[in-house]
Amino acid sequence: MPAAADAPLIAMRGVTKTYSGITALEDVGFSIAAGEAVSLAGENGSGKSTLIKILAGVEQRDSGEISFGGQPQNGLTPRTAAAAGVKVIFQDFSLFPNLTVAENIGFSAELGAGHRLVNRGRVRALAEATLQRLGVQIDLDARVESLPVAHKQLVAICRALATEARLIIMDEPTTALTGREVATLLGIIRRLKADGVAVLFVSHKLAEVLEVCEHVVVLRNGRKVAEGPAAEFDQAKLTRHMTGRDVADAPPEALPPDAPLLMAVRGLAKAGAFAAVDFDLHGGEVLGISGLLGSGRTSLAKALFGLVIPDTGSVRVDGRDVALGDPLAAAHAGIGYVPEDRLTEGLFLTQSILRNVGIGRLEAHGRAAGVLDLAGLWADATDWLKRLAVKAPRVTAEVRSLSGGNQQRVVLARWLSRSPRVLVLNGPSVGVDVGSKAEIHGIIRELSAQGLGVIVISDDLPELLTTCHRILVMKDGRITDELAGGTAEADLARRLAS
Amino acid sequence: MKRLDFSRNETLVALVILGFCALATISDPSFLSMPTLTDLLRGGIVLGIFAVAAMVVLVSGGIDVSFTAIAAFAMYSTTLILVSLAPGLPWPLAFALSVGIGAALGAINGIFIAFFGLPTLIVTLGTLSIFRGFLLTFVGSKLISNLPQSMRDFSKQMLFRGTNADGSFFSLPLAFLALVGVVVLTWFILNRTLLGRSIFAIGGSVESARRIGVNVRAVQFFIYVYVGALAGLAGIIHASMARVANPFDLVGLELSVIAAVVLGGARLTGGVGTLTGTLLGVTLIVLVRNSLIVIGIPSTWQSVAIGVLILVGTGLPAWQAKRAAARAG
Repeated sequence: MPAAADAPLIAMRGVTKTYSGITALEDVGFSIAAGEAVSLAGENGSGKSTLIKILAGVEQRDSGEISFGGQPQNGLTPRTAAAAGVKVIFQDFSLFPNLTVAENIGFSAELGAGHRLVNRGRVRALAEATLQRLGVQIDLDARVESLPVAHKQLVAICRALATEARLIIMDEPTTALTGREVATLLGIIRRLKADGVAVLFVSHKLAEVLEVCEHVVVLRNGRKVAEGPAAEFDQAKLTRHMTGRDVADAPPEALPPDAPLLMAVRGLAKAGAFAAVDFDLHGGEVLGISGLLGSGRTSLAKALFGLVIPDTGSVRVDGRDVALGDPLAAAHAGIGYVPEDRLTEGLFLTQSILRNVGIGRLEAHGRAAGVLDLAGLWADATDWLKRLAVKAPRVTAEVRSLSGGNQQRVVLARWLSRSPRVLVLNGPSVGVDVGSKAEIHGIIRELSAQGLGVIVISDDLPELLTTCHRILVMKDGRITDELAGGTAEADLARRLAS
Repeated sequence: MKRLDFSRNETLVALVILGFCALATISDPSFLSMPTLTDLLRGGIVLGIFAVAAMVVLVSGGIDVSFTAIAAFAMYSTTLILVSLAPGLPWPLAFALSVGIGAALGAINGIFIAFFGLPTLIVTLGTLSIFRGFLLTFVGSKLISNLPQSMRDFSKQMLFRGTNADGSFFSLPLAFLALVGVVVLTWFILNRTLLGRSIFAIGGSVESARRIGVNVRAVQFFIYVYVGALAGLAGIIHASMARVANPFDLVGLELSVIAAVVLGGARLTGGVGTLTGTLLGVTLIVLVRNSLIVIGIPSTWQSVAIGVLILVGTGLPAWQAKRAAARAG
C-alpha cells in the first residue's frame, strides 16, 4: 500500500461494542484527517464515551477496524494509543488529586517513555514548558485537589498536550471554564489544527462546535445517524438527529382566567440575599424566576422551601400560612423542592432508585410501631418511576448509574409521589442532555395542566420562555421586572442584563 | 524560615513527642539517657517494618490486616525448617527463607486483589484468618524456645554497646539496620521509581491510572508481595530478638500498626502518606508503650492514651482541613 501518506489520520469502520449483551456501539465508522476538527454529538448514552474509550485504548472493541495513518491498530491499550499520539481529555479530567500539578502533567509522558526511574527535574521542565505554551499560570507544586475546577480542567488539557499529539479527543472540555478561558482553549485548538493535529470535540454547546469544527458526526443509540460539514447543521437539525424527533418548543397555553390562587408570597426578605419579594402563583401556572448569578434567585427558592430562614414576610399556600424556615412544614403544606445540585443535595447516589423515591413517602406507608409497609412503599415508588418513564436496568440499581436526565426524573418522582400543590424546580435541566430536557419540559407542562403550581428557577432563557406563563426577573435580591411567557429571547436577555 | 505547618500530622506528632519527652525528663531526669534511646529504637524495629509495609498499602488506597499473620507464619515455619531440617543454615539464608515465605503468602493476597478485583479489607481479613489457622493446624502450635544457633548468633550481634554512668547497660542490635534498610529501599521505590509514583497514582484514582496506561494489576500485585516480604522479615527478626518462635505471637498487632501509620498522616482513603510521618507515628506509640509510666500514668492506661492520640492526632488536622475548605468555599 504505497498511499499511506494519503490515508486519513484516523479511520474507523464498522466499530461495534457490546457490554454484557447491551449494544453500546454498532457499526460506527468515520474518519478524521490531520488538522481537522470533528464534532461528535449525541445524547447521554448514545455511545460517545464508549467510542472515546475505544480510541484511547481503555476499552477494546468487539469488531470493526481502526487504523492510524493507514496502519491497522489491533489490541490498542492506553499506552499504545498515547504512543500513537491519541490523547484524551476526559470529562471528569481523570487527574490524580493527591499528586502535584507537575506530576499530573508529566506522568503520562514518563509512562510513555518507558522510564523506570522518575526524574523530578525532567517532569517539572515538561510541565513548565507545557503550561507556558498554553499561556497558563498554575503553581507546579500545588496538589491538584487544592485547585479550583477550572484549573483542574486546564491541568487535564496540559497533560494531553505535554507530549506530541496527533489526535486530541476532548470530552466536554469547556464545562468548567469561564468565557475567557474558553476563548483561550479554542485559540489553542486552532493553533493545534494549524500544526496538523486533529481534534475530536464533544460538546453540548453548538456555538463552540461551529466555531472550531469543520465536520459533525451524530450518534444515537450507538449508531451513526448523521454526518456532514458543520456549516450544514443548526441547533434544530442537530437536536433532531440527536433525539430522533422534533422537539417542540412552543410556549405553554394561556392560563384560564379563573385559575385559583395557590400560593401568595408577601414581603419576604432576608438580609444580604433578597428583599421585598411579593408574588402570586395560581393553580396550573408555571412561574419562571430568573436572574444572573448572585441575584438571590437560589436563596429565594430555598427560602420558599424553608432551607433558608427569611427575616420577615409570609408564604401562604391555599390561604394558610406556612411556617418559615422549616422544610418539613413546607413539605407538609404541599411545597416540593428540587435543588439545583441534585447530585449533592437531592439524591442519595449510592442508594437504589426505589429507595430514593420511597424516602419521600415513608410516613404515608408507616404502620403501627414505626414498621414500614414495604410492599406498598415499593409499589407506590415503582408506579411513579413508570409514569415518569425513568430508563433504568432495574429499580434496585444505584441512582448514580443513571444518566443526568433520568436522575432528575427520580428526584421529581420522589416529590410527585407526595402529591404536592406547589413544585419549586431549581435549574431543572442543568447537566441534562437535549432529549431529556425536552421530556422534563413536557413533564412540567403536564403537571401544570393537572393544576399544580410550578416555579422554575433557571438562567436558561429558552427553557424559561418555552415552559413559563410568566417570568420574574431578579436583580440584587429584588424582583425588578415581570414578563409574559413567549417573549422574545433577546428581550429577556436585555432585561436580565439591564 | 518556613512557619510550622500545623495542618500536617507530622508536625503535630513531632510536637507531641517532644512534649512527652519534656514531661518525662521533668518527672525523671534519667529519662534522657542512652538506655531510653536504645530501648526506643529496639522497640521500633519490628513495629517500624510493619508500619512501612502498612503505609505502602494505605498509599495505594488499600488496607492490609493480614501482615501479622504472614509474619507469624513465615517466622514460625522458617524456624521449624531450620530446627528440623537445616540447623546449620547461616542466618542470612534463614532470613531470605522467611522473606520468601512472606512474599509467597503476600502473592496470594495479590492474586485475589489484583486479578479478581476483590476489596482489600475483605481479602486480607480472610487471609489473616486462613494463614493463622493453617499455621496452627498444619505447621504447629508449640512454642520453639530452643532457637537454631544461627538465629541466636544474629540476636547477639550489636551495632554498639556501652554502660551508662549509673551502671546500666545499653546496646543496639544489628537488626536495627534492617529497619534502616527497609526505610531507605521503600523511600527509593516510592519517590524515585515510576512504580512508586504509580502506587501514589492508584491511591489517588484507580480509574485515572488505568486510563493513562498504568498497569494497575501489576502494581497492586507488587504491593502485596512487597508487604508480604517485609512481614516475613519483621517476623524472623521478632523471633530472633525474642529468642523464641511463638506461633501465637504478632497477630493482634495489626490495628496498632495501622494506627501508627494513620497517626503519621497517611490517609485511609489512599494517595497520601510519608515515611517521616510513619516513623514518627511508630516512635510515639513505642514511647507510650515503653515510658508512659515515667510521666506518672499507669501502664494500664496505655491503650487509652494511644486511642486519645489517634483521635487528637488525626482528628485535629482533618478538622482544620475541613474548616479551611469551608472558608475557601
